[in-house]
Amino acid sequence: MNLTLKIWRQKDSKTKGNFETYQINDISPDCSFLEMLDQLNEKLISEQKDPVAFSRGDCGVSFDHDCREGICGMCGMFINGRAHGPDLGVTTCQLHMRKFKDGDTIVVEPWRAKPFPIIKDLVVDRTAFDKIIQAGGYVSVNTGGVPDANAIPVPKNRADEAMDAAACIGCGACVATCKNASAMLFVAAKVSQLALLPQGAVEAKERAIKMVRKMDELGFGNCTNTGACEVECPKEVSISHIARLNREFFLSVLSS
Amino acid sequence: MSNFLNSSIGKKLIMSISGLFLIAFLLVHLTINLLTLAGPETFNAAAHFMGTNIVMKIMEPMLALGFLVHIVYSLILYAQNLAARPVRYKVINQAETSSWASRNMVFLGIVILAFLGIHLVNYFYKIKFTNDVTSEYHLVVGLFTTEYWYYIAIYVIGAIFLGLHLYHAFQSAFQTLGLNNSKWRARWNAIGLIYSLVIALGFSFIPLYFLISELV
Ligand code: FES
Repeated sequence: MNLTLKIWRQKDSKTKGNFETYQINDISPDCSFLEMLDQLNEKLISEQKDPVAFSRGDCGVSFDHDCREGICGMCGMFINGRAHGPDLGVTTCQLHMRKFKDGDTIVVEPWRAKPFPIIKDLVVDRTAFDKIIQAGGYVSVNTGGVPDANAIPVPKNRADEAMDAAACIGCGACVATCKNASAMLFVAAKVSQLALLPQGAVEAKERAIKMVRKMDELGFGNCTNTGACEVECPKEVSISHIARLNREFFLSVLSS
Repeated sequence: MSNFLNSSIGKKLIMSISGLFLIAFLLVHLTINLLTLAGPETFNAAAHFMGTNIVMKIMEPMLALGFLVHIVYSLILYAQNLAARPVRYKVINQAETSSWASRNMVFLGIVILAFLGIHLVNYFYKIKFTNDVTSEYHLVVGLFTTEYWYYIAIYVIGAIFLGLHLYHAFQSAFQTLGLNNSKWRARWNAIGLIYSLVIALGFSFIPLYFLISELV
């Protein structure tokens, strides 16, 4: 496949960025989007267009990645106007080039949200998510011997629902795709996975309030229930969890 | 409490409750309006009742307050949401991930507000602040004639935009209240669709009915 790429290049969080256009040929439809970017970077480095940039190591396009199997959530990027590209339920590393056509122009941008400052090119700082999780605090556990497995009964449907929420990998696609840059799906997943299980009950009352307060403080937008987040979520976390977060929030406000 | 109302979910709760109040009001409003089809006596009696009974006297300022709160909070939320993404995307394909109405609630709201202004001048102002209305029925029907074709157009278009706004608003209100889960989602969507269709078709039907009965 031969492709034209328009990629956002930005030196650091303070410098203004711009789109650069690159041509790349002979891409296999079976390779992943990240592998395609690797090939682009190899080409850019071997061409060494700008030796100064090369010595600084920034002639290639910077992008985040780690596991390359859809579990770490690092590889966020906005591809042709969609979080993680046109495919549903996948991260960028799981996106295949066969989802594009030969001769296509592909526009690649970083996640854009005030709480996610750009570090370089397509790499954004998602520390804001960690701060929300930290604000949620700890989960109390008993010390002593290792408890018996399955000693606490959990109904199957609750366990399933908690597991669905726990599937969240914190990639930030929900924020990136939301027209309001809201982090509600992320926070909802993190609150739900604990709210649904007896182990999370001890701190349940404060957890929702603390996490929502942190979310607001960090400058995420307000959810308007468009539902775009659950469509783009690579783990298909449902917005039903947002309804649960709202409930948990109201209950904890009422009881505090 | 002020902490709560300043939180994003608190503000959304206010949007949701004021919205549901307006949703309930619209149903009452439509029911009364449909009485125009029963003729002048019935409608005038209903209009008189609505204008004089004590409950409606209390509801009137409440309604104005409901609108005001809904509008003010929507603008606060909208401003915050714009600020949450200072650099916009160059390419964004939202049509594939969300409904048009859900993305354009503020725009739809502004259109509805403009319509509301015209509507209040047409009826509310005349009934409340002038003495030349002897029959509410003739005030309503008098506007829906071929001579005032543009009012018919305005009312029909207003009703359609209102329906679009309500289509997203209905299920959104219950989602915000937390009264939703995987089972209820489809139900709220269905009830919301029926409700918004009833409102949009009901309110457009009345002017069209009088236009057509004039023509045939
Ligand atoms: S690189 Fe880990 S999810 Fe894509």
